[in-house]
This record gives sequence, C-alpha cells and structure tokens, in this order.
Amino acid sequence: MRENLHRFFRAARGVGVHVSPAESIDAMRAVSQVGFSDRTILRDALLLTLAKSQDEKLALRDCFDLFFSQPEPRQEQPEGADQDTAQDADQAPSSGAASDAGGGSPQQELGPLAQMLLSQDRNAIAAAIASASGAASLSDIRYSTQRGIFSSRILDAMGLQRLRDDLDELTATNPSLAERLRTALDGLREAVRDTVSQGLALYAREEAENLRNEILRNAPLARIERRQVAEMRALIRQIARRLRERYSKPRKRQRRGHLDVRRTLRRNAAWGGVPFLTAWKRKHRDRPKIVALCDVSGSVAQVSDFFLLLIHSLHEVVDDVRSFAFSSHLIEVSQILESKSPEEAMAEIMSKVGFGSSDYGSSLVDFEKEFMSMLTPQTTVIVLGDARSNNLDPRADILRRISERSKRLVWLNPEGRLAWGFGDSEMPRYATFCSVVRQCATAQQLERAVSDIVATYQ
Amino acid sequence: MADQKASTSIEAVESGLAAQGYIASRQIATAVYLSQQIEKPILVEGPAGVGKTELAKAIAAWRGMKMIRLQCYEGLDEAKALYEWKYAKQLLYTQILKDKLGEVLGGAQTLHAALDQLHDFGDVFFSKEFVEPRPLLQALEQPGGCVLLIDEIDKSDAEFESLLLEILSDFQVTIPELGTVSAITPPTVILTSNSERDLGDALKRRCLHLHIGFPEQRLEERIVESRVPGISQTLRRQMVGFIHEIRSLDLKKLPSVSETIDWARVLVLLQATELDTDIVKDTLNVLLKYEADIEAAAPQVTTFIAKAARSNVFG
Repeated sequence: MRENLHRFFRAARGVGVHVSPAESIDAMRAVSQVGFSDRTILRDALLLTLAKSQDEKLALRDCFDLFFSQPEPRQEQPEGADQDTAQDADQAPSSGAASDAGGGSPQQELGPLAQMLLSQDRNAIAAAIASASGAASLSDIRYSTQRGIFSSRILDAMGLQRLRDDLDELTATNPSLAERLRTALDGLREAVRDTVSQGLALYAREEAENLRNEILRNAPLARIERRQVAEMRALIRQIARRLRERYSKPRKRQRRGHLDVRRTLRRNAAWGGVPFLTAWKRKHRDRPKIVALCDVSGSVAQVSDFFLLLIHSLHEVVDDVRSFAFSSHLIEVSQILESKSPEEAMAEIMSKVGFGSSDYGSSLVDFEKEFMSMLTPQTTVIVLGDARSNNLDPRADILRRISERSKRLVWLNPEGRLAWGFGDSEMPRYATFCSVVRQCATAQQLERAVSDIVATYQ
Repeated sequence: MADQKASTSIEAVESGLAAQGYIASRQIATAVYLSQQIEKPILVEGPAGVGKTELAKAIAAWRGMKMIRLQCYEGLDEAKALYEWKYAKQLLYTQILKDKLGEVLGGAQTLHAALDQLHDFGDVFFSKEFVEPRPLLQALEQPGGCVLLIDEIDKSDAEFESLLLEILSDFQVTIPELGTVSAITPPTVILTSNSERDLGDALKRRCLHLHIGFPEQRLEERIVESRVPGISQTLRRQMVGFIHEIRSLDLKKLPSVSETIDWARVLVLLQATELDTDIVKDTLNVLLKYEADIEAAAPQVTTFIAKAARSNVFG
C-alpha cells in the first residue's frame, strides 16, 4: 500500500499539487493514523495534508477518485467477454470438471495466467494486472504514443508468452476450451488497455501540461486561435500570480545605516531619553504607478487584451493602474476593466474605440489634453502598439513631453525588431523618447516586460 | 484495529464538538483528530463568519483547556506576539541595586577586576524574571497544554509568518539571551485566514489545510438548531432554504453562518412562525451588510420565499 501512496503522490504532482518529500511524510503519518478502511476519511486526510488551497483540493479530489477507482473498471470490462463465455461455460464446467477429476492432465499443464483466466477469478486478474503494471513501471508513462508499448509490457509481465503456448497446445487437444481462453484473452487485453489509459491520465498530465504551456507561452499572441483564448487567459492569470508572489513581498526595511534621531528620542521618551530602543532611517519604496496606453486596432487588439488582463490582475503589486485604449481616438478604460469580466470588458472597449484605423497622433493629442496632469515622476507609462500610424502625423513631440513628465516610458511592440521603421511604422521616431522599447509578441515576452517594469520600483 | 479506532475517534470528536454547540462536518472533525494525532497546526481558511474562530473556542471548551488568542494585524511584531523585556523593571532594579553594586565591586582595585567580578554575576537583568511573555510564549508555558488561536494570520506581515515557523514545526522559540524554550505540552494550534493575501508555502507546509465553506442545507439547519433552540422546525427550514437561495446571487458579501444565526435569533424575537415577504424585507439588513446587496436582493425576495417553501415540501 505504501507503494500505492507513492504513486498517488506522483499523480498528485501531475495535477499541479506541489508535494514535497516533507509533505509526503506528513501524509504517510496521517494515513497511518486513519487507515485505509474508510475511503472518505482517507481522502479527507490526504486533502488536509497535501493540498494547500481550495483549487488544489478540488484537483486533488478528482485525482483521488480517478486513482482509487482503478479496480472497478477492470472488473466491469471483462464483463462483456464473460457473458459470452458464460454460455458455453455451461457445458464446459462439466467437461472441465470431468477432465479435472479424471486425469487433470490438460488443466494442470496450463500456465498460471491461463488457469486464472479460465477460473474467471476477477479479483485475482485485477491484482495480477496491478502487479504487472507495477513491474512494467506504468507510472513512467509520459505520452499517449507510449500506450501500445506499455500494454504489451504489462501483458508480457503477466505471462502472455506462456498463454500463447497453452493456446497453441489447446487448439489441438481441446478446441472448445481454447475458444474460451481466446475470448477471455480479448477481455484481458481490453482491461489492460483501460489500465494503461488510466495510467496515462494520472501520470502523464504533468508532462503534457508543461509541454502545452511551453508551446502556448511562445505562441504569438496576435494569431492565437479562438479555442486557445481561454487557455491563454488561464496562463496569463498564472503569470500574474507569479509576479504577485515575487513582487508583493513587503519592501525590506533598512535596519542599519543612519540613526533616525527624531524617532529614537520619541520612542525612548518613557525612559527619560535613554536610548534603549534605536530607530533607523528607512528607505521608502514606492509601489509602481502605471499608466497604460493600448492600441486596440486590428492585429494589436488581442495582445492589448492579454496585456490589460495581466496589468489589472496585479493589484497587490501595483498601486495604481490607469488604462487607456485607442485606435483613432483615446478613452479611459480602467473602470470598464475593473467592473466587468475580461470577456465583457474587452467587448465593450472594442465597441467604443475598436475597429478604427489607428491614428497615434490624434490619440496622443487626446491624452495630452485630458490626462497629462496625472503623470508624476513616479509613473511608468507603457505604450502598447505597433506604431503604425497610417502615414498620419505621429506627434512625437507629445511623446517627448510624456517621457519628460514620467519616471519611465516603455514601449511594447508586438512586431519584430526587423519590421520597425518599414512601411508606415513610426517606431524609430518614437523610440528616441522611450526609456525602453521591447518586442512583446508572446506570453513569455509579456511576462518579462511587465516583470522588468515592476522590478525597477523594488 | 487502527482503522476502526480512527473512525470511532473521529465520531468522538464530532460529538464532543457538538456538545459545545459546534456542529462540525466530517472534514472538520477529521482535521481536528489528525492535528491531535500527528501534532500539526490546522490552518483554517474560508469566508468570514463560517465559524473559523468558533472552532478553536469549541475545541478549547471540549477538551477543557485554556484558549490563548493572538489577534494578528499589520505591524504585529515579536515584542507583541512572543516576549518583551520588562525595561521599566530592569531600570528600576538597577537603580535600587546601585548601592549594592558599590559593595560588590568595592574590593576591586582596577577597572578590569571590577568588570571580571561583574561578569561573575551573570546576566542578572536578562533572566526569566524580566521577560514579559506574550501569547506565543504563554502558550508554550502552559503546563496542561492549551489551544492557541492565531487569528487572521493573513492580516499580519510576511516577516511575522517567518517568526511563526519555529513554533509551528517544533513548538519552541529561541530567545537569544535565554536560549530555547520548548513547550511543556505541545499546544493545539489553530490559524485562521480570510485569504486576504496568499500565505507563504513554508507556513502552509507546516499546517493541515482546512477549508470551511458555506455548509450544506442540512448541516446549516443543524447548526441553527443547536444555536437557536427556540426556533420552530418549519421556520428553520424555510429560512435556511432562503439563505441558500440568497447565496446563489452575485453579491458583494454573501451571508454566512453567523448571519444565519443572527437572523434566526431576530426572527424568534419577532415571534415569526413563517417567512413572509414583509418580515424578510424588514430584516434583510441583518443578512446583507451592503446597501447595494440589499437593493439587488430585494426584488427576488418573493420568489426565493416561494422556492424555499416548495423545497420544504419535498425535503
């Protein structure tokens, strides 16, 4: 059973629950206290010791059900096969019993697997499959293409070779028994196949998920397929959580350095100013204030969508975010993003400013007219867009003024560096006023860009 | 054997807590049982008002132990949570002992000799007598063990979390001047959190993680029954059904168990025998704490009452 628990821990890692060795020891101790007899108590005990959040609990509960439901399908699977054999088994028992009682020679000659199949001892078969899958190290399965090889390994471990020999022999001596054995073998194959599929679902998930996420992280955001949007949103949320964890830690206080005389005196007033407790000057660190200007025209819209989602899920890290969307003119969208779900918010933004041909010049004019005064020396301004202004006046002078008023001006461009400056791209002209210009086409680049922006405040 | 014992002991926990008026679900009882057996703290998460703090109180009352409570808040530090030196007392004693000090050091000829003599007396002023134990140290010093409730840990700073790690895993604290203080009897530790911020993995790893959500209808009825004995069965069913309907709405703050109990008390006070639209509308402010929520729920009241009454017939 200990072996089983270890395999369960591996399956748990597969569904994204972090199980460290220390946690597995705790879980073992808990399980040794509650025992295995009551499944719900066992499950509760494992949930209590392994899962660390409500999401993890749900995932682990599913995983537990899948893992410990294994014996059942195996018993049901051969059912169909058994039903068929049951009919001819009617006459078979008499003949089988007779031969058993008589000489006992054919049955005795058979290998253990054949005997087991003929006796239709389901529990024994299930146990044999379980131990064979252990021998074939089924928990190492990683990809769906490995299903065949693992099935055959398990069957080999169960003694398929011997069974084949038995079959050949029986076909000659006892055709009806051979027929029975053959049906039972089909049932067995099916059961093994199911076991392997289940193993795949349990143990390979981690690898598959990692692979998919890796591909998704590096896929260009602008050309993402509709069905992947939801997955991408989940990924962005994951990224946001990671950034939050990394940067929401309280800014470390300066514990040594200059004595803060005023606070030291005040603190020690009770002891007549004898400085028992010292107070040190602290370095004050601001949280980032971010103003984001996002192009929502055509090809950039999707990237802007994900970017806004990311920025707005960083509440704990970022003090203040004001977002603006523009294509031909510019509006503030912070309210919409705060109050609605990502899908609805984006739809509303698009209906207000989307679908226009982008005009960076007039959008910048809009921004200067209404919102310039909110830029402070603590603000980071992020512009997300391809800087393709349809040959209209780019008004780079406004961007210069924005850059002068703010702490940093970061331009994120979904296009590759090579395309900057070709056609109607005004990127080189804008770039002179930006602190940083980066390409930002994939989730990974997006994460790096935002992470860098937040890190400058640390 | 062990298995049998486990399930009966879990039932014992359930009934023990029930005797104190705390109706625990199976999961909660399992958590309490396990925390006793493998001596691990329980981290309880869940929305406000589902009985996280109550659980600690019920355990303390059931096992007849003292409960020590540490309320966390931003800026809580070790001086307020762990121990503090009694500065005033130290200062006072040095003043009183000034003359004595002269006597002791009288024989010394040089400054060095005086210093050596002083060293021989050890750290008189940094001894146990001058330590003011705060909740965490108090909990370790209880001879009969106790229930230590660290309430709303998510409100404290991340530094404070690290401070707790030593206590949670080994039930000991290290005071630099005195050495390590180990617990006489390991206390039962309950930490509660409203998930206002994510707790560190190191802290979570040391605890059993228990999530208490809103209870199922049956369980909630039993809770109301034990807390508000005067309420009639029909009314109890109706009101719990009504609250479950309310929880399906998208509100700022969903009514939790504490609100259910408050409302039950109010209804008993108003001598209601049945839910009707008027009485619900008049008392909705007991359940919902935001004006916007009340406005959102008010138009639905009649439908919800009807639904609650209907489920009552079949349930």
